[in-house]
Amino acid sequence: MRTAQQLQRIGISGRGLVVALPYLWLMLFFVVPFIIVLKISFSDIDLAIPPYKPLLEWVGKNSLAIKVNFNNYAFLFTDSLYLRAFGNSIKVAFISTLLCLVVGYPMAYGIARAKAATRNVLLLLVILPFWTSLLLRVYAWIGLLKANGVINNVLMSLGIIHEPLTMLYTPFAMYVGIVYSYLPFLILPLYANLEKMDWQLLEAAEDLGCRPWQAFYKITLPLSRNGILAGSMLVFIPAVGEFVIPALLGGPNALMIGRVLWDEFFSNRAWPVASAVAILLLILLVPFMMWYQSVQARETAGAR
Amino acid sequence: MNYRSSFFILTCLGLGFAFLYIPILSMVVFSFNASKLVTVWDGAHSPTLKWYVALLQNEEILDAAWISVKVALINATGSVILGTLAGFGLARFSQFRGRFTLNAMTTAPLVMPEVITGLSLLLLFVALEQLIGWPAGRGITTMTIAHMTFSMAYVTVIVNSRLATFDTALEEAAMDLGAHPLKVFFVITLPIIFPAILSGWLLAFTLSWDDLVISSFTSGPGSSTLPMVVFSKVRLGVSPEINVLATITIGVVTAMIVGVSLWMARKARLERVAP
Repeated sequence: MRTAQQLQRIGISGRGLVVALPYLWLMLFFVVPFIIVLKISFSDIDLAIPPYKPLLEWVGKNSLAIKVNFNNYAFLFTDSLYLRAFGNSIKVAFISTLLCLVVGYPMAYGIARAKAATRNVLLLLVILPFWTSLLLRVYAWIGLLKANGVINNVLMSLGIIHEPLTMLYTPFAMYVGIVYSYLPFLILPLYANLEKMDWQLLEAAEDLGCRPWQAFYKITLPLSRNGILAGSMLVFIPAVGEFVIPALLGGPNALMIGRVLWDEFFSNRAWPVASAVAILLLILLVPFMMWYQSVQARETAGAR
Repeated sequence: MNYRSSFFILTCLGLGFAFLYIPILSMVVFSFNASKLVTVWDGAHSPTLKWYVALLQNEEILDAAWISVKVALINATGSVILGTLAGFGLARFSQFRGRFTLNAMTTAPLVMPEVITGLSLLLLFVALEQLIGWPAGRGITTMTIAHMTFSMAYVTVIVNSRLATFDTALEEAAMDLGAHPLKVFFVITLPIIFPAILSGWLLAFTLSWDDLVISSFTSGPGSSTLPMVVFSKVRLGVSPEINVLATITIGVVTAMIVGVSLWMARKARLERVAP
């Protein structure tokens, strides 16, 4: 007790101690790294280890000079490769999110309206693939989609096609891979939202002469807005920076910004350029992250 | 639901689950295929276990798996400690300095693209090494720190939402009877949130076990994890051994998930009978 009082006197309470450890951890390993990325994005490439020049340099004896250079950013805006990669990543992530909604909404709805026992089994079936390795599940699609893969073999033995279709290493394969991998992230928040829905509202609407589709459009859809938004953000934001799926299924021409960053870093050893790409990507995604957080806050506030 | 719309929903569920499970089943089936061509079924010599034998003799894969296990075990335990503290703080302390920041810092890693997290952590480790000489080089330590940083965010969310759904009456009663807050936490709160902590531990283990991008940035020479080895193999094309690895993974995960959910369902039933 005496130590507690002593600690309290210098402003440390039991509560403070509980949150201090995770707080400091995340500060050091999550926030500070971004400051370093920002710093390195303004430095020169150097043929050294690590491959960048310091921002602060001693000039003469007592003066410290800061060399901030915007070359890395200027480079990103002059070489059309980077802007195209950014544009393409947003396009791919946006279309993938829409596809996930088309596939996932009816599934989440079906699960939410199932009987309690069936519901738990169906939920388990949605969660299960999410626990098995993403890399291995993406790899499975290579076996399904390639020229002498399972889908082509089945279609040819049924006589539907005579020549194998080219599916692997195309945008089609990349969309399939992204929708497949991110589908559980959309279904789960949407299900959590739909589960709380008062289904009597739909019965009332139908009693009053609404057709089922009208009732869905006028009642279910607006009420599940937060679930749709939360699920879509969980797909869209990581998909913009996705690396594994375009690298394995998209072929050499799949221009995605996550892949560009990876290549700048690992193949070209251009750490400052990679950092500048990361900063621009972050600036692009932060508004969506804040939107996601506010949607989440509204959801949990509504639940209590 | 009327007949037509329920028919539509059932079709969607059926197709959706087929989409989710056909790739997984195809890996399981072809792991028993004798042909090296992987996707061409060799009826004369299949099913066979020869690729299972080959996998168990593959030193590169076994070494990588051992590194992955070590990282995943330390990561899961560390993330559970950090994540439980953060989740408890966010759920039980309504006002404290830095609450908003802590909330934001535990939500952001969930959606942050992995390439950004990986790059930023690597640059931190390089800068720290220049500044204070620690961590010397990169390897298991740096990788584990990186994994804990994103895994603890998931644990925080799980613990926080579990605490939000059970009311504080029990904790308050214990405190009114004079129990020290620490004792209340260990005797009352911890047993109640134990299922959440267990799920958090398992999830943190899996996240670390599966991670490719963040590991690639933060690992050093000689510390390649299983996903890194698999990725370099898969880039060169399909290989029957990877199908075997996938089948084993799926088997273990299915057994674990089904086991834990049965255990939790039983626990919930017992709690209902004797509150």
